[in-house]
Amino acid sequence: MNPQTILQYDGSFDGFLSSVFLVYEQKINAPIIQKQYEQNNQLFTISEIVYTDEAKAKRVWRGLQKKISKSQQKVIFKAFLSEIKGVENTLLSYIKKIFKEPNSNYLDYGDKDILKISQVAKMVEREKHRMEAFVRFKQTKDNTYIATVEPDFNVLPLLIHHFKDRYADQKWLIYDIKRAYGIYYNLHKVEIITLNSISKLNPNIEKDTFSERELDFQQLWKSYFNSVNIKSRKNSKLHIQHLPKRYWKYLIEKNEF
Amino acid sequence: MSFDRVREKLSILADAAKYDVSCASSGGKRSNSKKGLGNNTAMGICHSYTEDGRCVSLLKILLTNHCIFDCAYCVTRKSNDIKRAAFKIQEVVDLTINFYRRNYIEGLFLSSGIFKNSDYTMERLIAVAKKLRLEENFNGYIHLKSIPGTSDELMREAGLYADRLSVNIEIPTVSGLKLLAPDKKHQDFIQPMEKVKNEIIQYNAERKIIKNTPRYAPAGQSTQMIIGATGESDRDIMYSATYYYKKFNMRRVYYSGYIPISTDNRLPSLQTEVPILRENRLYQTDWLLRFYGFSVRELLNDEHKNLDLDIDPKLSWALRNPNIFPIDINKAEKNLLARVPGIGMQSVYKIIQARKFRSLNWEHLKAIGISLNRAKYFITCNSKENFHQDISPLQLKSIIMQASKSKHRKYFNNQLSLFP
Repeated sequence: MNPQTILQYDGSFDGFLSSVFLVYEQKINAPIIQKQYEQNNQLFTISEIVYTDEAKAKRVWRGLQKKISKSQQKVIFKAFLSEIKGVENTLLSYIKKIFKEPNSNYLDYGDKDILKISQVAKMVEREKHRMEAFVRFKQTKDNTYIATVEPDFNVLPLLIHHFKDRYADQKWLIYDIKRAYGIYYNLHKVEIITLNSISKLNPNIEKDTFSERELDFQQLWKSYFNSVNIKSRKNSKLHIQHLPKRYWKYLIEKNEF
Repeated sequence: MSFDRVREKLSILADAAKYDVSCASSGGKRSNSKKGLGNNTAMGICHSYTEDGRCVSLLKILLTNHCIFDCAYCVTRKSNDIKRAAFKIQEVVDLTINFYRRNYIEGLFLSSGIFKNSDYTMERLIAVAKKLRLEENFNGYIHLKSIPGTSDELMREAGLYADRLSVNIEIPTVSGLKLLAPDKKHQDFIQPMEKVKNEIIQYNAERKIIKNTPRYAPAGQSTQMIIGATGESDRDIMYSATYYYKKFNMRRVYYSGYIPISTDNRLPSLQTEVPILRENRLYQTDWLLRFYGFSVRELLNDEHKNLDLDIDPKLSWALRNPNIFPIDINKAEKNLLARVPGIGMQSVYKIIQARKFRSLNWEHLKAIGISLNRAKYFITCNSKENFHQDISPLQLKSIIMQASKSKHRKYFNNQLSLFP
């Protein structure tokens, strides 16, 4: 019995694509691709560390670009960002199918890997959309608009375009507390940053960093939110369905001061 | 601005505007120009939801709730004894900009009670939009209410700054309008709609020749009808809705279940429950008309004047037309697939894609996500197992209802028990 190969990569998208490259280059049969920090205690396996190689990653990506549409390319990236355990292997089999199929314009939703990836991508897309909706910026004294989030999936890379286009004339920062990094727009471009002042243990931004009128506008928003409710139509089930409780922590209107 | 005063005004004028159910912020195409503030795209965003489950996407307020009219169904009618307030133009601009910058909203939905006269009121609404666009370089969504009776010149100007314009016809029938809003004429509603429609057509035609022609109300126009205030049938409502969709190229017609706010004896009493389920069925019908290729006469007609409350309108139609079924999932055309109860448009597309590769069976259909507990009685697929039976529609209805857990079921059972 041949031992199964485990490819361990650094968790980046380029790292994953480098692993895919390796699978093809070394003709590895039925490998497992996993992040380095994921535990492995299976018997009869060989572990191999994959070094992230931008050039190799690019070659794989270009190959995909030739075969599939832009939106299908996004599906792959989104599914990757789900960080769901084992998604790399479903993605690998998905990518293999694309390379094998001469005409990959049509998606075969009867295939379980393709269906799975499209469902996972949809979940990630939904979380991205929720972040676009539920991010609440707070204005600081130096006129930067700051928001902290803890999304279910690693969606910050997907948010850049939307927020950069929309808030082109203000400095803003969206910080993912769970993954300890943020995207910061400095009026010119968006940068990836990490902060020491915000962490999982200390998720709140100090109140005295806020601008003078910040709390006023939070109050105004709360009174607006309370005034638009129609009591005779109360429907808590629908409310929670649209606004799951795990997102309430972001929402000024759902919290007391 | 004085915080306490603005806060009080905001409470009064948001409360007064909440009965307008339109919350759409979609369908626009305004991109952010010159590094200004905001954009709006085809897909709207709901930034929050009220406890009644409605989307909060816009700052929806009245400029003032002073009104010279006395429409029975309206909270701001002049004979109603309520607190009155009025925003200054700059106050609305400040609120909009500051809410928008914090990502609370997609934009502004500004309506108003009518003070002095229609044109005077409309001018003030336009002034807010103009200030936002020209002084603040704001490209977020702006929805302005067209005040009934506004002159054509002002309607023309309004569309240059607003993404969407709407006039609420409120009462679906002309006779109902006479009864409840004697000051308003049907013509006053129609005229601004007609103007907006014509301007959109004209601007679009010019755009084809001259590319930089400004956009006129790019998100089109919409209207709202109150349901259950004047005893109209679902057929009356949907026939009017169809008329407005066709005649004025409406993007949306909204249906708002009447919320009792008045002891006026022309209206349902204060104890009346809001017809939420009926409203839901009307929206489902609206969707079937706009996206599923149904015509209104198939769903509502002289024999079938009202929608069933206990089942959705597509299932109801299918039960009335058993001769069309079963439909072969692997062969049927798109428009037929769309008519199967339990299959939505998303699934229709997936079925069409997937069946190019193989003949689909129940497993495939389940994985695609169609609602088999309804659909299976109306279709055949690549399987020996067959659920389509020769039984009466009435029996089939009860089989389906017993097997499904409608979110309305409890509500409906309660209703039934009132009439044993």
